[in-house]
Amino acid sequence: METFFQQVLGGIATGGIYACMALAVVMIYQAIHHLNLAQGEMAMFSTFIAWQLLQWGFPYWAAFVLTLGISFAGGFLIERVVLKPLENAPVLSHLVIFIALYAIFNSLAGFIWDFTVKPFPSPFGTAALFGEGLIGAHQAGMILVTLIVLFLLFAFFRYTRVGLAMRAAAANPESARLVGIRVGTMAALGWGMAASIGAVAGIMIAPVVFLEPNMMLSILLYGFAGAVLGGLTSPGGAVFGGFAVGVIENLAGTYIPVVGAELKLPIALALIVVVLVIKPNGLFGRTVVQRV
Amino acid sequence: MTAQQDIALPAGRDKTADRKSGTAMLLLSIAVLAVLFLCPLFLKNFTVFQLTMMLIYAIAIMGLNLLTGFNGQFSLGHGAFYAIGAYTTAILMEHFGIAYGWTIPVAGLVCFVSGFLFGLPALRLESIYLALATFSLAIATPQILKLSILEEWTGGVQGIVIIKPDAPFGLPLSQDQWLYYVTLGTGLLLYWAARNLVRSRSGRAIMAIRDNPVAARSMGVNVSLYKALTFGVSALFTGVAGALAAIVVQFVAPDSFTLVLSIALLVGLVVGGVGWLPGALAGGAFIVFVPNIAEEVSKGLSGAMYGLIMILLIYLMPSGAGGLIRTLADWQKRR
Repeated sequence: METFFQQVLGGIATGGIYACMALAVVMIYQAIHHLNLAQGEMAMFSTFIAWQLLQWGFPYWAAFVLTLGISFAGGFLIERVVLKPLENAPVLSHLVIFIALYAIFNSLAGFIWDFTVKPFPSPFGTAALFGEGLIGAHQAGMILVTLIVLFLLFAFFRYTRVGLAMRAAAANPESARLVGIRVGTMAALGWGMAASIGAVAGIMIAPVVFLEPNMMLSILLYGFAGAVLGGLTSPGGAVFGGFAVGVIENLAGTYIPVVGAELKLPIALALIVVVLVIKPNGLFGRTVVQRV
Repeated sequence: MTAQQDIALPAGRDKTADRKSGTAMLLLSIAVLAVLFLCPLFLKNFTVFQLTMMLIYAIAIMGLNLLTGFNGQFSLGHGAFYAIGAYTTAILMEHFGIAYGWTIPVAGLVCFVSGFLFGLPALRLESIYLALATFSLAIATPQILKLSILEEWTGGVQGIVIIKPDAPFGLPLSQDQWLYYVTLGTGLLLYWAARNLVRSRSGRAIMAIRDNPVAARSMGVNVSLYKALTFGVSALFTGVAGALAAIVVQFVAPDSFTLVLSIALLVGLVVGGVGWLPGALAGGAFIVFVPNIAEEVSKGLSGAMYGLIMILLIYLMPSGAGGLIRTLADWQKRR
C-alpha cells in the first residue's frame, strides 16, 4: 500500500509538468482549433531566452516576466507572418507548417545555444517537502503555478470581453466576424497567449529535466495525451488529464509485470486510446453536434 | 467546418477539359516512366540506391494517400506498418530462410490484417483524436520492437542484418540495379491496383465516406466496414514498402522506425498532393533528397533550412505537386 501511495505521489509530481504542457496545448486549440506540434519547441526556445536573460544578470522574476512578454510577441508574430497567409489551407498543410516550425526552432536553439545540457534554476528551491523526496519544493511550486495559470485563464475567458471574443472567434468565426470581432487578431492573440503559457511550462519544467533543445519532445507527447484525455475543449480537463497521465504512467511501470517498466509510455497511451474509444470527446470535453 | 471537408480535393474539374489535358498527361506519364526505367543504367550505385528509397517511400505514401486523401482518415502512425512489413520480411528471411521475393506478399498480408484490426477501434475516433491514436502507435513501435521478451525474434536494439540478393538468371545488373527494378515493378503494380480501386465502386464508396459519412451511410455504404478495410489496404501498401526497404537497406532496427518516419511520410503526402496518387513520386523524392539539400546549404542549421523549404513549398504549392500540375494545365489551356 505504501508503494502505491508513493507511486501516486510521484505520478502527481511529474503529472504537474504534463498538466502545464496540456494546458498550453488546449489554449492554442481553443484559439485556432489545431494541435500545434511545434508547441513544445516554442516552449523550449522561450526557456532558452529566459536562461540567456538570467546569464545576462537579470533577477529571476524580471527574466520570467520579460520572457513571457517576448514569447507573447513571438507567438503573435508567428501567427501573423507564417499562418495568416494560409488561413484557408487544408488541415494537412497546417500540420506540415507545424512540423516545419518544429524543425526550425529545434535547429535554431541548437545552433545558438548548442546541444549541451544546461542546469536551470528553480525559484522554489530544491528542498524535499514530504514523502521522502518524492515531491520537492519545486514540484509543489510548479503545481501551484499551474493552478494559478489555470485560474487566471478561467477568469480571462469567463469574465473579460477579449476572452469572450476569443471564444466566439474560435467557436464560430463567421458569426463572430459579423458582430464585429476581429477574428484574425483573436487567433494571433491566442498564439501569443499559448506561447506565453508554453514559456511558463518550459521555465517550470527546465529545473527538473534540464535545459537542452530536445527536452520537450516526450513532455509534449504526454501533454498532448493529457489534453486529449481531459478533452480538448476544457482547460480544467487538460490539467486533470496531465496529472492522470503522470499517475497512470507510474502505476503501469510498477504494477504491470514483465513489460510494465519497458513500456510505460505505450501503456499510458494505449489506456488513453481506450478512454477515447469509450468517450470520443475526452473525459470533460463538450460533444460537438454536427449539422448534416 | 469539419476536418473531412477540409482535406477534400479542390473543386472537381469538368470532363471535357479533363480529356483535352488527358493527352498531355499521358505523354508526361510516358516520359516519366521512360526516365524511371532507363536512369539506373547510367547512374552510380549509391544514386540508384537513393532512387530505390524514393520509390519505396512513394509506395508507402500511396498507401497513406488511400487512407488520408481518399478516405479522410488521418494517420500519424504509418511508420508502424512500415516497421511491421520490414520486420516480417527480415524475420522470415533470417529465421525461416524464405526467399526475399516471397516475403513481400506475406509482409503485405500481415500488414493488411494488422491495419484492419487497428482500423476497427479507430472507427470511433475522428480527426484529431484519430491523429493521437495513430501517433501513439508511432511512439510505441520502436519501444515494442526493443522489448526483451521479443528479442529472440527481433534481435532487440541490434536489429537484424539480411543479405542483399543478386540479380537472378544471370542478368547483367548490379544488386542495386536489380532491387531498383524489383521496387519499380512492385510500385507500378501497386499503383495500377490503387488507381483501379479508387475508380471502382468501392473507391466511390471510400470517397463518399470522406466527403460526408452520414450521406454515405444513408446511401447504403457500410461505413465501418469500408473505413476498416481502407485502413487495411493502406497498411498493406505501407507494409510492402517496409518489406522492400528491409531488403534494400539490408538491415532493420527499432530506431529506424520512430515517429520521424511517420511524420516524413505525412510530409511526403502533402508535398506530393493529397488525393492525387502519382504525387507520391514527388513526395518520395522530397523525403530522400530535401534533407541532403538542406544539409548542403548550411550544416549547423540544416533543420531550420529543412523547415524553411517545407514552409516555402506549402506557400508556393498549397495543394502539393498535384495541385501545381493541375494549375499549370489550366493555365496552359487558357492561353
